[in-house]
Amino acid sequence: MHKFLRATMLATSLVVAGGAFMTPAFAEVVYNRGNSADPESLDPHKTSTVYEAHILRDLFEGLVMQDQKADVIPGAAESWTVSDDGLVYTFKLRSGGVWSDGSPVTAEDFVYSFRRLEDPATGAEYASMLYVIKNGEEVNTGKAKPEEMGVKAIDASTLEITLKAPTPYFLEMLTHQSAYPVNKAAIDKLGADWIKPGNLVSNGAYTLAEFVPNDHIKLTKNAKFHDAANVKIDVVNYIPTEDRSTAMKRFEAGELDSNDDIPTEQMADLKAKFGDQLRIGAYLGTYYYAIKTDKAPWDNPKLRNAISEAIDRDFLAEKVWQNSMIPGYSMVPPGIEGYSPALASFAEKSQIDREEEASKVLAELGYGPDKPLKMEIRYNTSENHKNTAVAIQEQLKPLGIEVSLLNTDTKTHYGHLEQKGDFDVARAGWIADYKDPETFLGISRKASGNNYSNYNSPAYEAAMDKAAAAGGKPEERLKLLSDAERILIDDVGQIPLLYYSYKNLVSSKLKGFDENVMDVHPTRFVSKD
Amino acid sequence: MLLYVLRRLLTAIPTLFVIVTLAFFLMRVAPGGPFNQERGLSPEIRANLEAQFGLGDPLWLQYVNYLNNLLHGNFGPSYNLPDFTVTELFAAGLPISAQLGASALILALLLGSMLGIIAALNQNKVGDYTVIAIATAGSTIPTFVIAPVIQLVFGLTWHLLPIGGWGDGALLNKIGPILTLALPQMAIVARLMRGSMIESLRSHHIRTARAMGLSDWSVVVKHALRGAVLPIVSFAGPAAAALLTGSVIVETIFSIPGVGRYFVEAALNRDYTLVMGTVVVIAIFTILFNLIVDIMYAVVDPRVRYD
Repeated sequence: MHKFLRATMLATSLVVAGGAFMTPAFAEVVYNRGNSADPESLDPHKTSTVYEAHILRDLFEGLVMQDQKADVIPGAAESWTVSDDGLVYTFKLRSGGVWSDGSPVTAEDFVYSFRRLEDPATGAEYASMLYVIKNGEEVNTGKAKPEEMGVKAIDASTLEITLKAPTPYFLEMLTHQSAYPVNKAAIDKLGADWIKPGNLVSNGAYTLAEFVPNDHIKLTKNAKFHDAANVKIDVVNYIPTEDRSTAMKRFEAGELDSNDDIPTEQMADLKAKFGDQLRIGAYLGTYYYAIKTDKAPWDNPKLRNAISEAIDRDFLAEKVWQNSMIPGYSMVPPGIEGYSPALASFAEKSQIDREEEASKVLAELGYGPDKPLKMEIRYNTSENHKNTAVAIQEQLKPLGIEVSLLNTDTKTHYGHLEQKGDFDVARAGWIADYKDPETFLGISRKASGNNYSNYNSPAYEAAMDKAAAAGGKPEERLKLLSDAERILIDDVGQIPLLYYSYKNLVSSKLKGFDENVMDVHPTRFVSKD
Repeated sequence: MLLYVLRRLLTAIPTLFVIVTLAFFLMRVAPGGPFNQERGLSPEIRANLEAQFGLGDPLWLQYVNYLNNLLHGNFGPSYNLPDFTVTELFAAGLPISAQLGASALILALLLGSMLGIIAALNQNKVGDYTVIAIATAGSTIPTFVIAPVIQLVFGLTWHLLPIGGWGDGALLNKIGPILTLALPQMAIVARLMRGSMIESLRSHHIRTARAMGLSDWSVVVKHALRGAVLPIVSFAGPAAAALLTGSVIVETIFSIPGVGRYFVEAALNRDYTLVMGTVVVIAIFTILFNLIVDIMYAVVDPRVRYD
């Protein structure tokens, strides 16, 4: 009790003093940041989700980073040059860049980190991110030694990376957490415990102070960070907010300053209650249905197109998703500079015309009341996935398509898809890892593990290869990628339904939490009144 | 008595073994694995990951390895939270769940018994009906309704309690979860107590006690309660095992970092080691509390002897 009283008195006197002199300079600025899930790991090489990305972006600094607009800015590297053939990147590291333990960040650190990511023994989920580096894939699949990878330290502050093929989005890729450096000395000394609070040596704007699973992750400002003078938030607490309704109440009560998701079913109420603090906008992600393109009757592109055409996407976005999603007609969502997505041919038509066309095609193919078309939609557990499937079931019914629904939990769902199990149509989604159409178009390539549709089109493969070969000419490449997408969309290799939106709840006290299509908000650019 | 306890503890070992074996193999029957997610992995990357956790070995070998580790007190690393071992996760979460659960149980037993006695003494009068009404409400309103109502009323409207979070164990943060956990249990205890108390009050030895002119207090507390408490004791055992190992609903809604969530989460994530850890912990708690119930029986009821 005494302790409590003393603490209260101290706190009161501090507040009074702060108020009296208007100089609360010594008061810590704490940012309580709601994050939908705890990270799987804080080891950048063992993570895969955006929930980790938010935290790791504060802890570590890659060669390049993203600013509050998600544009590429210098990170641990202050400058770089690219060879004329687009294959060799030479990075000049920031002079005076240090780890949180005071040791310098060297080119050797990046060599070690990139090799570690690809080393099969690491078991990195996102190893494929740096497959673009020469021998990256070979190392990861055990066909080459880590030393044979195309990363070389010319001297302590010069790093040379050699790519397999020109990759115009390589810098964008380097902003991903899997390309962050890790501290060799700490890992050698502590083994698996190197990521624990007190042990973790990082080179970003913040350092790890506490990690209580399912409760909070506390990061404190790293005084040794090169831009520490401009970092306004002293402490950021990442608070897992699994229960979105609770998160809304905690935000309202001031326990959270922001949250990265909302319960969409309460959209109207939330808008009324929070006004401008509710921020919804285009996010680089596509919600689509995979359709088994190599199985009858779905192997007929005309039939696939009719089904896709008959789905009322406006209804899905408006009624099912309460406008937290945007009707989608392409695999690549809008928002990538210089790229125009290839929209489905029926995108401009009215829904009535679309349905008419679709039923004509179905009749041509011999389907009708006497010979109904049976189709099963598989989806993973979620209220909204269910409602989407049910709406589509209803929309296809007038066309004589009998849709049945099959719900399984997420692990069963993706286990089934990845093991190429049998299905007709299955729900899937894709969120961009980096700002380039490649990330969305790659998943429909023949060899991709994510090509659940088994889409296999020589024309598409050729078009994608052609775009890759034009790597040195960005404008031409984007044009060629768009041509490739045109093939995919006309073929209905996948059925795009909706584009994702980010859904942030941001206190009006926060500044610098800027909106962008990657939904990236580094805490170092945020301030709190 | 001591022999009896020892014997019971020894029989727990084969029981645990059967539970562990069943759980281990049943879990593997479920389709999908810990590394299936929205973003597919190439076969090579999956193989690297599985090799890390020994998931590439034949199932029988994994089972033998698991048992071997378990005997050494090693529950293995969590697949989905690789920064922590299962032991670390339980070391962090179990005290929190146990603390909330124990508080809720004590609250439920005390208040529930009191309400039950009041109802029994006022059978078919206003007091009785009030208690029955409370008990019915308590056991029928689900926790996922009670919890948000507590948050709304005490947190958002009256600003008395925080909405959620553990707050490093601050008392205010515990009130909501404890109340939510306690209410349904309290309702059950009240109903049990009312029933057994009414029965007990009608028994011969109570009639004798009254005939001998003992005071009401002495009759109820000293004589009737002793017999009436037995059903509560047998209820409290399994209830304690369930409460102390946490509740997924209460912990999720109040953002409490306990272990209750792991039971559901780990199963959904196919986090095999964490599922096994949860099964073992809950099994041990259940066995232990059943034993305690049997011992309590002997203590409370002189007719029960284990020698």
